[in-house]
Amino acid sequence: MSAPLAPAEEAGVAAAVAEAFAANAPLAVEGAGTKRAMLRPVQAARTLSTRALAGITLYRPKELVIAARAGTPLAEVEAALAAEGQMLIAEPPSAAPWGGGAATLGGVVAANLSGPRRISGGAMRDHVLGIRFVNGRGEVLRSGGRVLKNVTGLDLCKLLAGSHGTLGVLTEITLKVLPRPETAATLVIRVADAAAGVRALSAGLGSPFGVSGAAVLPDAAEGPLALLRIEDFASFVAYRIGRLRDLLLPFGESRIADAAETDALWAAIRDGAPLAAGPEEALWRASVKPTDGPRVLAALREAGLRGYLDWGGGLVWIAGPATAAAHAAVTAAASPGSFTLLRAPDALRAAVPVIPEEPPPLAALSRRVKAALDPKGILNPGRMRAGL
Amino acid sequence: MIRQPEPKPEVLSRRDEIVAALRALVPPHPLSGESVIADPLRLKPYETDGLSAYRQPPLAVVLPSTTDEVASVLRFCHANGVRVVPRGAGTSLSGGALPMADSVVIGLMRMNRILEVDFDNRLAVVEAGVTNIGITRAVEERGFFYAPDPSSQLACMIGGNVMMNSGGAHCLKYGVTANNLLGLTFVTIEGEVLRLGGAHLDAAGYDWLGLVTGSEGQLGVVTEVTVRILRGPEGARAMLAAFGSVEAAGRAVDAIIGSGIIPVALEFMDRPCIHACEAFAHAGYPLDAEAMLIIEVEGSVAEQDELLARIRDICAPLNPTSMKIAESAEQSAAIWKGRKGAFGAIGRISPDYLCMDGTIPTSELPGVLTRIGEMSRRYGLAVANVFHAGDGNLHPLIMFDANDPDSLRRAEAFGAEILKLCVEVGGCLTGEHGVGVEKRDLMGVQFTARELDQQRAIKSAFDPGWLLNPSKVFPLAQAAG
Ligand SMILES: Cc1cc2nc3c(=O)[nH]c(=O)nc-3n(C[C@H](O)[C@H](O)[C@H](O)COP(=O)(O)OP(=O)(O)OC[C@H]3O[C@@H](n4cnc5c(N)ncnc54)[C@H](O)[C@@H]3O)c2cc1C
Repeated sequence: MSAPLAPAEEAGVAAAVAEAFAANAPLAVEGAGTKRAMLRPVQAARTLSTRALAGITLYRPKELVIAARAGTPLAEVEAALAAEGQMLIAEPPSAAPWGGGAATLGGVVAANLSGPRRISGGAMRDHVLGIRFVNGRGEVLRSGGRVLKNVTGLDLCKLLAGSHGTLGVLTEITLKVLPRPETAATLVIRVADAAAGVRALSAGLGSPFGVSGAAVLPDAAEGPLALLRIEDFASFVAYRIGRLRDLLLPFGESRIADAAETDALWAAIRDGAPLAAGPEEALWRASVKPTDGPRVLAALREAGLRGYLDWGGGLVWIAGPATAAAHAAVTAAASPGSFTLLRAPDALRAAVPVIPEEPPPLAALSRRVKAALDPKGILNPGRMRAGL
Repeated sequence: MIRQPEPKPEVLSRRDEIVAALRALVPPHPLSGESVIADPLRLKPYETDGLSAYRQPPLAVVLPSTTDEVASVLRFCHANGVRVVPRGAGTSLSGGALPMADSVVIGLMRMNRILEVDFDNRLAVVEAGVTNIGITRAVEERGFFYAPDPSSQLACMIGGNVMMNSGGAHCLKYGVTANNLLGLTFVTIEGEVLRLGGAHLDAAGYDWLGLVTGSEGQLGVVTEVTVRILRGPEGARAMLAAFGSVEAAGRAVDAIIGSGIIPVALEFMDRPCIHACEAFAHAGYPLDAEAMLIIEVEGSVAEQDELLARIRDICAPLNPTSMKIAESAEQSAAIWKGRKGAFGAIGRISPDYLCMDGTIPTSELPGVLTRIGEMSRRYGLAVANVFHAGDGNLHPLIMFDANDPDSLRRAEAFGAEILKLCVEVGGCLTGEHGVGVEKRDLMGVQFTARELDQQRAIKSAFDPGWLLNPSKVFPLAQAAG
């Protein structure tokens, strides 16, 4: 494979795609390439990377808006926000599940990766206010803008977020951000099992105390744990975590983790660390109805896989052998929810549907929408689905 | 009158046949009666929506009660090249539900059942014709609510909210419709019934939910919606801060957000709006102020006290002309009463008004209001401004007289100039009311021809024959095909 193309300007991206369009030559599209092992392997002679397209282009803390070019490292965006006491609302995972590296903002948005705060603050895609991108014809286009409320025309921001570079190459992204809460604390409850844990999370999320993280670690050293996070002004956190503790007393003995421990706990939950997955193991995330989480975990255990729950029970992080049988078990357990093969050797990724298959009428719509943006199918062909 | 695509003569001439076919597909409802309306008098209520300056009776109205009936009507219209206009409550302020002479209106109001409430999973499954407030009413017994709260919430329906991606006064904290959806039952123009999303967050694959939300009835018909429901806070309370200048109120907004406080609502009213609302609602608004903020916070009583005190201290150096912190839920309601009645209040002092809906970067507010004031003098029409100050969504209410064609023409030109200004300062044409017919010819101000072509190509992927609500959103000359 020849060296990746890494234009330093949007016009260079457009030219590269236009050339590929003319030559009918597929491109593998990536940022820093940290998530290359996610979804299906892409067959393309050339790679187009946005890594050189870097830098924050606009930051107005008082308007809660930041814009950066797609190749800007996520860490750089997060540092700029932290300097003003702000944060990315969706708390996206780092590249740790794929062995680390400096993930780019464009890659995180293109994968619509969200962390624990998804349950209260929304997904990465919810905060994409505007994008600039290059479609499969090499045309530079915009959708959305830089204001918080905008319903002008079709929302291509959400369509492209989570499309893994198959509909367009993101070149610049504008996001809504929020003030970073003054402090945080976590209620750690020793629960009987995952099912009891999810009941505790449901009770906590159904309380008026503003839970911003809700996870169950079934295999913690101390036994199954339910964790509920509160983030706010310091005096509010003290009050709310106390009220929450009283409310959830029936679920088991509990303790309160302070801010430092809370940060470490949720960074681990965000990045899949509790799975302690070996490099040869595969990783999945399944998104299910929260109260289905324990059933999914039990089915996976039967199949020799292990996992834990975030998002109130609705996000199942899974690790296990990188085999077709394990994948089939995940596929079956996640239904009628959704799943994503996060990481696996090429052979497995090429052989199985890495996300749920769509019923025929929806699959036809997928093909037509793909054709509307990338008529020759040159952008990341096959990354999400075989033949698309 | 707004321009519409040429009615198809072959459809108009087959009117009776089409009506008969629809009657066979959607039999009378056992309680509500006839399901297909073709009598001109009974078509009247469907000839316009919240943008009542424009009127056009459709060919017929059909009122299905099930997803299957919707699918069969769409299949028929698709096979026969008949245009379709979906309709919820018809409160669109951009003419989104305005019929065409050769169109069949599919009214979703009979699909008004709450199908499931699941508190443990914090979701509700409802039919498209359930009103926005109807969802909250179905879940409030356990302290839950459905967050997006457009001021039309007593009437507007969740299907319409999805298609317009509607917002509300509390979306600074809770987001708009798109941020509060989990799943849809969605019928394509071919009559295929699709389930998008479900009871889970973030389905892998293309974000159908995100694409369809806000698509203004142009991609398909929504028949069922799974929404997230949230547990309400312990309580909420409002305060009012009035200032001697628009700039000072703008600085207060910046300073509040800059302090790390995100109020659940942060509403701005200018002097004409304060006066109109006060005359209407007797809310005790300060008539000496140039601008006023309504700021609402949530939490326990102690938390409310602390937040309101902090906000008071932030505002104090900006020389407010008055401040009033509600001491009780009743006083809070009184502060909101004027704002909630703002549209009605303007309706009392002017026979007609156009409600504009641009968004601007919040820092641009003072300059934009100055220029709107200049335009008001130039067009000889009064204007009052309400503004969702936290998120930059500006609602200038332009007062005119619909019986005077020149007045309407000036009002439209005034409105267009405001929206162009919103785009010029970095904002957009519409923050929550949608493009509809009202703003479609301005789309070229915000988007390039290529960008509009791209959006059209996606519309064509869903609806190759451009039968679904075709006269909306895109400049007419290029709409079809
Ligand atoms: C007094 C007043 C106050 C308002 N305040 C607000 C506000 O605060 N915030 C806000 O965002 N909006 C507001 N609106 C605008 C309006 O209420 C919203 O746009 C609302 O979502 C429209 O809902 P509806 O059921 O009336 O839809 P309609 O007006 O009937 O339709 C709106 C659009 O959606 C399409 N549609 C409707 N139902 C379906 C369906 N089931 N499937 C497919 N397409 C469908 C229609 O074709 C049309 O394009 C206000 C309107 C009024 C009159």
